[in-house]
Amino acid sequence: MLKELARFKGFSAKNLPKEEPFAPGHRACQGCGEVLALRLALKALGMNVIAVSATGCMEIISSPFPYTSWRVPWIHIAFENAAAVASGVEAALKALKRKGRFPKNRRVDVVAFAGDGGTADIGLQALSGALERGHDFVYICLDNEAYMNTGVQRSSCTPYGAMTTTSPPGSRSFGQMTWKKNLPAIAAAHGIPYVATATPAFFLDLMNKVKKAALVEGPAYVHIYAPCPTGWGTKGEDSIRLAKLAVETRIFPLYEVIEGKYYITRKVTKPKPVEEYLKLQRRFRHLTEDHIRQIQERVDAEYERLLKLAECL
Amino acid sequence: MGKRIAKEVSIAIAEAVKQCRVDVIAAYPITPQTHIVEHLSELVANGELDAEYITVESEHSAISACLGSVATGARTFTSTSSQGLALMHEILFIAPALRLPVVMVVANRALSAPISIWNDHGDIMAERDIGWIQTFAENGQEAVDLVYHAFRVAEDRRVMFPVIVNIDGFTLSHMIEPIELPDQEQVDQYLPPFKPRYRLDPRKPISMGPVGIPEIYTEAKKAQDEAFKNAYRVIVKAWDEFEKIFGRRYRPVETYRMEDAEVALLIMGSLAETAMTAVDRLREAGKKVGLVRIRLWRPFPLRDFVRAVKGVRVLGVIDRALSPGATGGPVGVEVRSALYQVPGRPRVVNFVAGLGGRDVTVEDFEEMADKAFFYMKKKPKEPYEMIGVKE
Ligand SMILES: Cc1ncc(C[n+]2csc(CCOP(=O)(O)OP(=O)(O)O)c2C)c(N)n1
Ligand code: SF4
Repeated sequence: MLKELARFKGFSAKNLPKEEPFAPGHRACQGCGEVLALRLALKALGMNVIAVSATGCMEIISSPFPYTSWRVPWIHIAFENAAAVASGVEAALKALKRKGRFPKNRRVDVVAFAGDGGTADIGLQALSGALERGHDFVYICLDNEAYMNTGVQRSSCTPYGAMTTTSPPGSRSFGQMTWKKNLPAIAAAHGIPYVATATPAFFLDLMNKVKKAALVEGPAYVHIYAPCPTGWGTKGEDSIRLAKLAVETRIFPLYEVIEGKYYITRKVTKPKPVEEYLKLQRRFRHLTEDHIRQIQERVDAEYERLLKLAECL
Repeated sequence: MGKRIAKEVSIAIAEAVKQCRVDVIAAYPITPQTHIVEHLSELVANGELDAEYITVESEHSAISACLGSVATGARTFTSTSSQGLALMHEILFIAPALRLPVVMVVANRALSAPISIWNDHGDIMAERDIGWIQTFAENGQEAVDLVYHAFRVAEDRRVMFPVIVNIDGFTLSHMIEPIELPDQEQVDQYLPPFKPRYRLDPRKPISMGPVGIPEIYTEAKKAQDEAFKNAYRVIVKAWDEFEKIFGRRYRPVETYRMEDAEVALLIMGSLAETAMTAVDRLREAGKKVGLVRIRLWRPFPLRDFVRAVKGVRVLGVIDRALSPGATGGPVGVEVRSALYQVPGRPRVVNFVAGLGGRDVTVEDFEEMADKAFFYMKKKPKEPYEMIGVKE
């Protein structure tokens, strides 16, 4: 385990930071999982942060001029390039510190936020480039499994069978026809020091992982699973329940990859059936039993694969 | 005083960038700009230049990283050409709107298809309206000097706009010319350290790049446009100051043998030197021909331009880019529009020449001048014509 992490005691319900770098009063929908994840992530990071956002729900709801929800310095440039912009921020801090134009001993964490679209699709190249170059920054993907900001279109993180406006079920379609792209695995394949998955349902776990991501030197990637009532056709009050179910059904396992080694941070020994998760959501309403069986099989197989990776320790 | 030595223009530009004490460079290779960034990487690798060099995976990321860097308060440089510039296109609009003063040298090159690595202005003319200050260099010395000027202007608190210095690919970027690199003290005197008015800093948090709802978008754009127009004075002043320190004089519009000229050719970039030879020859033959060169393309030097062409009967505008289906090349259209309200304006005839690296010779310029004389009496049938096409 990395030396930077060895000293980290972790957040607990008793020692939560009081600061709220992300201010209340934003414009997200009720029950939005992304904004909750964003707030928790920033809470874990604290005030010595420079944040970069990609275009997407979280950028839009947090910054309608003249309002801003950001109590830390924040920049938005475009949809696909948060990782590249963060690279520039990080490089500038390095140069300025070296040249004495920024306090040398002052720790500033550079963090980039993007949705699954901005990460898995259009921004994948910029992300890959930044991870490969080894910039010291945290990249957080807020995964609500579609392009929500533009009206619920499919992304490569949209799950198999899900209905979106560009993957509608019809006589020749059952919704999204491909399996969700495994982004944490792609990030880990870059050989970066820290990769983790999280969800706001397990908020301490989320905060600890984000903090760890900031503590390690070099690039870190945190993939946060975030329910979206608007896009999923769910009730706002069910968001946390769904985020929990995603873990308990093994649809979204929680784990870390530290220096290439996999650690499952929440083992699910008695998984609930995926159906329990699927049936709460309008986006899966059209699925047949056969589809649900296929999804269950895939989820089981993927979990087995993950277990093997973790057992190889 | 600096020494005059023979140097490849690209190398000299990289040396000038070093003298500007840049903090961050992010660039991606593309011909004919490569020698600039290669030499910069060498300077960084040798410790001669104390900067972060980000070896990005694309031009899109190059410009994105540059904006992140300059927003954090670091002096930032990049360089590109053609397809690379086009790949940056989306982000290029964001730099001036956020008032992020990055400096970029564009070694101008034609765009595909057919793929061509050779010079014309097709790449930069597609970026006419991005809101960057843009200058065009005629020769190596000017290219170098425009780099110092670019940082000085971009970072001026009254300006805070990004700047592009255009140099013709190969015909300028790869030439070996006698170039005087000034002493470091002179550059330091001319270019103060970058002190951004705003930057990303946890000690004083600000939000950059918020959502512009319809109620404020127009106002934001108006403010940007006004600031951009106001930059003109600072640009000219920065050239005045340059003359005081370095002894070389630059103006937004240059004229050559324009006294009593009836016909004037108008050009941007390095071809002006060939055009001057043509003007000399035509003058020897008793023809009243002069040359106008636009050095500052954005903001467009409207008044200086109108003054420069006063008394001219026909203005032959030479475009190095094609604007298919338009009423002229980009420069031709711009100039026609600029003159429209001017009483006694010259007739504008527009030529498109030198596409994709095709030579434009002294004879070609003579031909264009002759055509301009011909059109003094007769209106051209077409809004523009292509020169040197093999039929
Ligand atoms: C180059 C470009 N293409 C398309 C868009 C339109 N666009 C803005 S946000 C967005 C989708 C965002 O989806 P995601 O990244 O998943 O974030 P979410 O809104 O779901 O949080 C799209 C397609 C854009 N801004 N820029
Ligand atoms: S659409 Fe979804 S992700 Fe976007 S703000 Fe609403 S709930 Fe959040």
